[in-house]
This record gives sequence, C-alpha cells and structure tokens, in this order.
Amino acid sequence: MNAGRPGMLALGALIFGYAFLYGPIAVLIAYSFNDSRLVTVWGGLSLRWYGELFGNERMIDAAWLSLRIAAASATVAVALGTAAAFALVRFGRFRGRSLFSAMLLAPLVIPEVITGLSLLLLFVWLESLIGWPPGRGATTIAIAHITIGVSYAAVVVRARLLRLDPDLDAAAADLGARPFAAFRQVTLPLLAPALAAGWLLAFTLSLDDLVVASFVTGPGASTLPIVVFSSVRLGVTPEVNALATLLVAFVAVAVGSSAWMMHRRERRRLRD
Amino acid sequence: MTASAGPGEGSARLRRVAVLAPPFLWLVFFFGLPILVVFGISLADPVTGIPPYMAIVDWTSGGLPRFIGDFEKYATLFTDPYYLDGLFGAVRIAATSTAICLAIGYPMAWAIARARPGVRLALLLLVMVPFWTSFLIRIYAWMTILNSNGLANQLLLASGLIDRPVVLLYTDFAVYVGIVYAYLPFMVLPVYAVLDRIDRSLLEAAADLGARPARAFVSITLPLSLSGVVAGCLLVFVPALGEYVVPELLGGSDFLMIGRLLWTESFQNRDWPMAAAIAIALLLVVVVPVMLIQRLVEPKGEGA
Repeated sequence: MNAGRPGMLALGALIFGYAFLYGPIAVLIAYSFNDSRLVTVWGGLSLRWYGELFGNERMIDAAWLSLRIAAASATVAVALGTAAAFALVRFGRFRGRSLFSAMLLAPLVIPEVITGLSLLLLFVWLESLIGWPPGRGATTIAIAHITIGVSYAAVVVRARLLRLDPDLDAAAADLGARPFAAFRQVTLPLLAPALAAGWLLAFTLSLDDLVVASFVTGPGASTLPIVVFSSVRLGVTPEVNALATLLVAFVAVAVGSSAWMMHRRERRRLRD
Repeated sequence: MTASAGPGEGSARLRRVAVLAPPFLWLVFFFGLPILVVFGISLADPVTGIPPYMAIVDWTSGGLPRFIGDFEKYATLFTDPYYLDGLFGAVRIAATSTAICLAIGYPMAWAIARARPGVRLALLLLVMVPFWTSFLIRIYAWMTILNSNGLANQLLLASGLIDRPVVLLYTDFAVYVGIVYAYLPFMVLPVYAVLDRIDRSLLEAAADLGARPARAFVSITLPLSLSGVVAGCLLVFVPALGEYVVPELLGGSDFLMIGRLLWTESFQNRDWPMAAAIAIALLLVVVVPVMLIQRLVEPKGEGA
C-alpha cells in the first residue's frame, strides 16, 4: 500500500494503542523486580517478591483451588456446550428452540453481578427448600462457572460446526457407520481445535472470575481472584506484581507457541 | 418427528433428546430458574435471619395460598435519587467509555487491517494477550500508576506540568481509564473482523475514479464496517454498565454505579429484596437494547 499520510496515521494509531495496552503491564513487571516496597523508590533488582509470593500459603492454596475449579468446570462446560451447539446447528427446528438459544446466548450479555446474585439466591432458596446444596463453596462456584462457560463453549463450537460439511456425516452413515461411530471418527476430530479453544476460554474465564465467585462462595473457599482482590483493596501489594509477571509470561508463551504452531501447520498445508 | 415414525426414526429421536436434554435442563435450572427466583425475592420484604427475606406467598392462612409480596422495592428504586443516580450514572459512564473505546479502537483496527499478513497476525495476538491475563491485575496496575506517588504523578512532576502531586486515583477519571483499558480489546477485534473482509478492489476503484483516501474511507470503509462497530460497542457497553471491580478499586467511595449498589445491598446491607430489584431493573436496561440491536444486525438464517 502507499505510505504517506494514511500510513503515518496508521502508525500513530498503532503506537498509541499498544503503548496504552502494554504500558501498565510493563510497569507491573518492572516493579515486581524492585527490592523496595515503595513504588517511588528503586531499591535495586531483586527476586524478593517472588519469594514472598511462593511463601504466601493463602495465595498458593487459593491458586490450587482456582485451577481445580477451572479445569473441572471447563471440562463440563465444553461437554454441555458441544451438545448445545449440535442441537442448534444439526437439529433444524424443534419445539423450544428459540427459548433454548436465548438461554444459551443470554449469559454472554448479562452483567456478572446479575449472574452472581441470581445463582446465590437460587442456592439459598434451594437449600431452604430441599436442603441442597449444603452450604456454599467450591461446588457452587463450579456450578456457576459451568453455567457461564457453556455459553462461550457453545458459541466457539457452533462457529466451527457451521463450517463443517454435514455431508461428511451422511457419507459415514452410507458407509455403514452408526451415528455415534460417525460422530467419534468423523466429526469429533474435525471439531478438536474448537473444543480446545472452547475449553481454554471457559478455563480462563473461570480462573479470572472475581464477581460471580464472590457471590456464590462460602466460608473456606477463597479462589485466587478473591484473595488478590481482598489484598489489593487495602493498597499496593508487591507480591501481586510478581504474580502478574508470572501470569503474563505464561500467557505470552502459551499464545505465542500456539500461534507459531498454527502458522507452521498453515504453511505445511499450503506447501502440500 | 411425526407420530408414525419407524423404529429407526424412534431411536434417532431418542438420540436427539439425549443430546439436547443435558444442556437444556442445565440452562433451565441454573439460568432460567435463578432469574425467576430473583424476581420472586424482589417482591419480598427483607428480615434479619436466614434466609434474609420473607416469603411472598402465605400458605398458613388456610384455604388458598395468599400472595403477600409487593412492588415496594421497585417504587423505591425509581423514586429514591440514590438508586436513580446509580442507574443513570452507570449508563452515562458506560456510554462515554464506549465512545472513547471506539475513538481509540477503530483507528487501531483499521491500522491492523492495513498491515502485511505476517505483521497482522502478531498485532492481533498482541491485542488478545491482555484479554487472557487477569482482569483484576490489569485494574490493579492502574492503582499503582495513578497513586499519589505513582508513575503518572512522578512523570507529571518531572515534566514540570505540576508542582505538587494531583489526585488521580479514586476519581471519575480513573474509572474511565480503567474501563477503557479493560474493554479496548473487545472493540478492536470485532471492528478488525469486518474491516478485514472489505473488498480491497472497492478502494482501488474509488482511487481510480479520483477519490482521495479520506473520501474513500468515508463513503466505503466506514459504512461497510458499521456492523463491527455495533458489535464492538455492545461488547463494551454491556459489561461496563454492570461493572463492579473498576469503580470499587479506582473510583471514590461515593462513586455510584448500579453494579456497585447491587453489591453493597447484597453484602453490606444484606437487603436481598432490594438487590434483587436492582438486578431486575439492570436486566431490563441491558436486555432491551441488546435485543433491539440484535434484531437489526443479525442476518436471517439457521432455521430460527
């Protein structure tokens, strides 16, 4: 494309935008290596806050709890979301379809405070009615995260299913494959990237959720965001800088390597 | 799906039910039912106890159950300036933040769409990385920067623009910065997606016919990218409207946004009926525009 004025404009927009997105993250990373507790003073390079982070049992326990809840709820959410996407894409019209698709998509646009409060009130009401769930904690958080994750997983899987050729299933059936075998041997492998993407999305949303978890948690079940929130609310805590740095490094490596793999596969596909 | 289905179709129907039932029942039970429970409790009166609300149906009077709920909470919600300010304040802040996101995000998306393919992928990933890292930590970063002795004040002092630290944290300004920062990727990605699909030959044709780049942008690029702009605005406006974390961490203690009021009613005041009424009001404010816009932009297809 021609350079000149539009080129300069584009460059300016990019520099400003990315400086805004990454400036604050860069600041956190820099401070995580600062020996001083004060953000005004540079006390020299040090790994002190990383030591304190790993010595902070409350945070480590919370991290484990969050990872367990996220893995479990992402797995259930992908299973339910895949079934939902199938019903929407392959079943044509059925009674209750518009109610179903509305309930499936609504959690995407409903503010978290509403989701959190409504599930809290449901759990409390059910407990007074039938004695289940017995109090609130990790289980109720997982139920809430599954409910949110189903919608995201369904959207990702549906997008992929819409691009798959339904004739493939028909061909498998003509060749004598029973429906489940056709699903397992034809559709499932083709869906795999969408299933992985949906799982990762549900996992990340669960790991990152503060608001909904705060509503539906009970005594003794503090997830990582709940612990981080209660400590940053009181002011600046350098351990959180160390945690942020580890998180950013992890995400950057994960995103970078998956992009590299995709890029390589694409190149190989073009070569063949 | 007729009654005279053969044995093969009968099992096909069973299979469909087996696929549909789990997600359907899950959503009815954990999404539909809770909304009804919220509405029911919004009609109740609060009490001190467990659970902290009264029943809305009286079964004890003998004979038919009697409805004893009322709409008192809604009357309070729509007359008390405390709640009205929270609702309108949230709408104002969400709308302004959406406009700022558009002003920053559109040029970014446009510039990314102009870049070479290899560079474009890297730029897109760079927009997504912050989204995958913790929301809470990204807001916390601004607490560090906007602090009275944080980086922003140090830079302003060093540049000589101010001679005394200014209050930046716990202000409206900080809330705007936080919301725009948190939701900017949600604007860039959908706008980029439509800009990327615009046929380049249209722009070349415009140039051949003598249109200057600015003219071509206004008459071709802008109208063709409107659906992405609408999607991006919704993705920013809706979550910003119910935002709790940003006003709590960056706003002043008297900074009212409806999401924060809902939180205060349920946790500090334990007035669950009031919190429930706020939730229903917020739901109406969110759902109505979303449904209207969806009807406008959603292409027909897929059966329903």
